[in-house]
Amino acid sequence: MDAREIIARRVAKELKDGYVVNLGIGLPTMVANFIPEGIKVILHSENGFVGMGRTAESHEVDPDLTNAGGQPVTVIDGACFFDSATSFLIIRGGHIDVTVLGALEVDQEGNLANWIIPGKMVPGMGGAMDLVVGAKKVIVAMEHTAKGKPKILKKCTLPLTAAKEVDMIVTEKGVFEVTKEGLVLTEIAEGVSMEEIRATTEADFTVSENLKLMEI
Amino acid sequence: MIFKLKTHEEVAELIKDGMTIMIGGFLGVGTPEGLIDLILEKGVKDLTVIANDTAFPDKGVGKLVLNKRVKKVIVSHIGTNPETGRQMNAGELEVELVPQGTLAERIRAYGAGLGGILTPTGVGTIVEEGKEKIEINGKTYLLEHPLKADIALVRGYKVDKMGNTIYRKSARNFNPIMATAAEKVIVEADEIVEIGELDPDIIVTPGIFVDFIVKRREK
Repeated sequence: MDAREIIARRVAKELKDGYVVNLGIGLPTMVANFIPEGIKVILHSENGFVGMGRTAESHEVDPDLTNAGGQPVTVIDGACFFDSATSFLIIRGGHIDVTVLGALEVDQEGNLANWIIPGKMVPGMGGAMDLVVGAKKVIVAMEHTAKGKPKILKKCTLPLTAAKEVDMIVTEKGVFEVTKEGLVLTEIAEGVSMEEIRATTEADFTVSENLKLMEI
Repeated sequence: MIFKLKTHEEVAELIKDGMTIMIGGFLGVGTPEGLIDLILEKGVKDLTVIANDTAFPDKGVGKLVLNKRVKKVIVSHIGTNPETGRQMNAGELEVELVPQGTLAERIRAYGAGLGGILTPTGVGTIVEEGKEKIEINGKTYLLEHPLKADIALVRGYKVDKMGNTIYRKSARNFNPIMATAAEKVIVEADEIVEIGELDPDIIVTPGIFVDFIVKRREK
């Protein structure tokens, strides 16, 4: 199983029945494939609907129905379309239970950077800033390092998406929770040693008394 | 009876160099492509475009950027159109990036006659630079100002001849709010129906917001 699938499977376990969930583009989108049996969530798409279904098969493609990344999707029975102001009212007003986003950097205070690398990559923030501020729970789903360099830092170096809003970080190596007392490692992946986590994490963190094996 | 139906050629007269134009759509989905093509054909330039994004070089707002008709964009995202980034880095195009929810509310604020909105989005980031911060009940908000335009280009699904408009699926996005925030509103309709054909309970944009209706061009 590759790192991205491990991460997506673990994040999926955070979703509870009836949750309204927004999944970011890329790895976070994969979470939808691993939602546990018996759990039904309502997926919100920031371009203006709840009740997003799976990716559209070629015969189902409708140019007027895409996800926020522009890919053709379907909707489930009970879906509802609305305008962008309503879409972000849902986001900003705390009506999203969980949002899952990727990150370029995240730090021990729960700061997140995922929208710009000045001078290199300036895609814009899209809906990410609103999502991170507004969702009840913010989960960062990302690979533990980028080209061997830590992404979980003491302090983000890139411009922030939002300050102190991240609640949980899930990587292929483990799970961290962001608490008032700092970062806490709560789960460690099978076959990963504490030395490996320490060597690949720049941030200060404590290890939970109830440290568990990461379930996937 | 207010009869608003026009041809593309008739509404072309309204769109002039240097105007600020709101254009509906999300990565091109829900953008009135016929009205975009009209701007290209007519040679209009130096536009300030307010839209969610700059789509793709061959789609929606992206075509205006590619053909250098735009001097400034106010958008939430430019990542899908490399030409926008190239022109920005070359100093040919001014780009103002606005968080998507803030963009929607700034447009809605003008349409609703509000002097601005207070949002927590962007606090503690570079988005807050130069903006007034206001604390209410212990929480910090940014004061964001309303956005208006000379013209809004909207894509509707079914539109009656009074301008009452419904939208289709995720093609709705920014269209209904933009229809409230411009001096003149042009709706490009997939289908034009007679007055009374649309159930008043399902109309999304009341016809009073719409100045002109054009029928979508068949390709």
